[in-house]
Amino acid sequence: MAVESKTVAQMRPGEIGIVSGFTDEFLSVKLMEMGCLPGASVRFNFTAPLGDPVCISVSGYELSLRLEEAATISILN
Amino acid sequence: MTATHRKKIALVGNPNSGKSSLFNHLTGLNQKIGNFPGVTVEKKSGITTLPDGSAVEVIDFPGIYSIYPRSLDERIVSEVLLDHHSSATPDVVVVIADATNLKRGLLLLTQIIDVGLPTVLVVSMMDLAAKAGISYDFTILSKKLGVPVVPINARNGVGLDVLKKQLTTTTPAHAGKVFTIWNEAQVPVAELREKLQVDNDYEGYLFLEQPESLTFLRQEQRAVVDEIRTRHQFFPGKFQGAETIQRYSFIQDLLNEATLKSSDNSWKKYSAQLDHVLTHKVWGYLIFFGLLFLIFQSIFAWATVPMDFIDEMFAKLSQYLTGVLPEGPLTSLLAEGIVPGLGGILIFVPQIAILFAFISILEESGYMARVVFLMDKIMRKFGLNGKSVVPLMSGVACAIPAIMATRTIDNWKERMITIFVTPLMSCSARLPVFTILIALIVPNQKVLGFFNMQGLALMGLYLLGFVAAIVSAWVMNVLLKRKDRSYLIMELPTYRIPKWSNVGFTIVEKTKAFVLEAGKVILAIAVILWVLASYGPGDSMTQAREIVLEQSKNLRLTEQALEDRIAAYKLEHSYAGVIGKAIEPVIRPLGYDWKIGIALITSFAAREVFVGTMATIYSIGSVGDEDETSIKARLKEEINPETGGPRFTPAVGFSLLVFYTFAMQCMSTLAVVYRETHGWKWPMMQLLYMTVLAYASAFAVFQILS
Repeated sequence: MAVESKTVAQMRPGEIGIVSGFTDEFLSVKLMEMGCLPGASVRFNFTAPLGDPVCISVSGYELSLRLEEAATISILN
Repeated sequence: MTATHRKKIALVGNPNSGKSSLFNHLTGLNQKIGNFPGVTVEKKSGITTLPDGSAVEVIDFPGIYSIYPRSLDERIVSEVLLDHHSSATPDVVVVIADATNLKRGLLLLTQIIDVGLPTVLVVSMMDLAAKAGISYDFTILSKKLGVPVVPINARNGVGLDVLKKQLTTTTPAHAGKVFTIWNEAQVPVAELREKLQVDNDYEGYLFLEQPESLTFLRQEQRAVVDEIRTRHQFFPGKFQGAETIQRYSFIQDLLNEATLKSSDNSWKKYSAQLDHVLTHKVWGYLIFFGLLFLIFQSIFAWATVPMDFIDEMFAKLSQYLTGVLPEGPLTSLLAEGIVPGLGGILIFVPQIAILFAFISILEESGYMARVVFLMDKIMRKFGLNGKSVVPLMSGVACAIPAIMATRTIDNWKERMITIFVTPLMSCSARLPVFTILIALIVPNQKVLGFFNMQGLALMGLYLLGFVAAIVSAWVMNVLLKRKDRSYLIMELPTYRIPKWSNVGFTIVEKTKAFVLEAGKVILAIAVILWVLASYGPGDSMTQAREIVLEQSKNLRLTEQALEDRIAAYKLEHSYAGVIGKAIEPVIRPLGYDWKIGIALITSFAAREVFVGTMATIYSIGSVGDEDETSIKARLKEEINPETGGPRFTPAVGFSLLVFYTFAMQCMSTLAVVYRETHGWKWPMMQLLYMTVLAYASAFAVFQILS
């Protein structure tokens, strides 16, 4: 059965997921440095008024990233 | 102990980790800004005295998340940390990590440990950690990491004594390593260590990983590194992700063991609630624009008091010097060149200090990251970045610190566009020019009951500058073909009350940078202008007095009026006057005559000189007497010989206003852009673009209005 893969960009405020992987190698390096690692839990906090960027909680602090960047983080929930 | 043998302590840590608090605590007012040898990155250093009486140099490095740099600013850290055999090599690296976010801070620490320089870990924000209910077993941390660990609270200085004492003992370089280099990389690293002076494997590994950070190597050494990399097909960045994962898994194990109590994040509730308001659809923007309004209000209204005071002091000093010193070219150079030149720099200090007080408070409190967050999507449409907001805002006070503030933008294209358009924001040096011209051509009346027309005109000019900046950015975004990956992966720090001493240090630092940066250029230009305005071809200058006396024999002038006439005559026949007349054909289509031409020439290097030149040329003269009403009255009387009407018609006035809104007219900005972009290409393009834009717009305005 094919599992629909979901990304951080599709999360709703308050939703929590587990980072399962990345679809962009260049960004994954930056994201992992910031503590956004596979297996880490990520909470979607809120979006900027214009819908982009978004704010998430990961590794115990708040991180903001653009939607297109959030879309490269796959999650399980 | 001589300066060359002074121990060097490097402060390295994540942004918002309390690094600058620690630096300020350690060095106090003994700070100086310089450059790292060979590179143009600013170096902030200071001296601190240790308990054993020795003085050590403390160097503050830009905040970084890892040893792999993202921006130009960050590269300096790996450049210094990888170079183990120079006078710049630190004796001890102090890594600062935020106790409430230790995991991420330790990533950087383990990288620095592996590089092999003696390291001390400082865990900061212990007060916040206590409030959040987080606690660690520092003995275990220290034992497992193999480095001394010092918990501190940089806010009130608790733990600093322990740190200073720790720094007096010789910290041994760490022997163990956290990261094991991949098998594939072992061979090239071994080869590299054999051929070059490299202390350990990880350092050698980073040589291969970061070719752009090896500026300290000689040409042939770099060739060796390149050759090894090519032969072994070592691609930089290939293993970086895997390295990060390996390090974090070590850190997780370590923290599992060393954490006594962890937090459930409930201590950050107030921060989340603040975010609810400050990033709100409506309130978020209202508050941001309200803050902008407050900042501009204070720059333009409140700063005028100290500015007038400075202006007056320098005018008096000039007058005093002219009075007491024997007459001669040296006195004239001092009283009419150097002193007004210095005054022209210092008069901007109040505005710059106020602006950076605000910016620093916004940054310290964590709000600035929210500004970036709010504005990123809008700014991106114009090829800019959320981080461009700070430089553009700063540009309203002065383009020099604003352009320096673009270093935080890691994307090359967005940074260049921001640098390019920032000088279009109307800086405080344009204000005196605007004020005098508006007073001249816009009636001081109220419209709709409470809007002052002159105020509206001024606001319109600021808006015009802003629109020009945004539109130029958009055009550049279309024209610049280069496509760099742009990203915004940015921490939103927890809100906190600003530490006021940090705000104070920032004000001092930025003001100093402005006075030194702009000061050098403005002072030099003031001297050159003095020469151009004081000497002329032939002997018309030396005979000025006789000629004017002859001309005005029958006029019964007061002595003051006569002196003013002589000054005006001299300026007309000086080199500046000659140049003004020479460019008259070029500026005639804009509605200007040679007198305005002289003012354009003299204000080429610094636009604020315009007012002073106008005062002299229209012989309101008399050193320092740049009283607005007298200049205004005199300018109003000036007749255009061709039309018989007033010289300063609304068409000419608006044409000049538009010209000064767009024209570069600032040598210091060009010098800073040269420094920041490492070449003349950008500053020259900027000069050309802004001059063409100014000329074309002024031409259009004059032709339409007249």
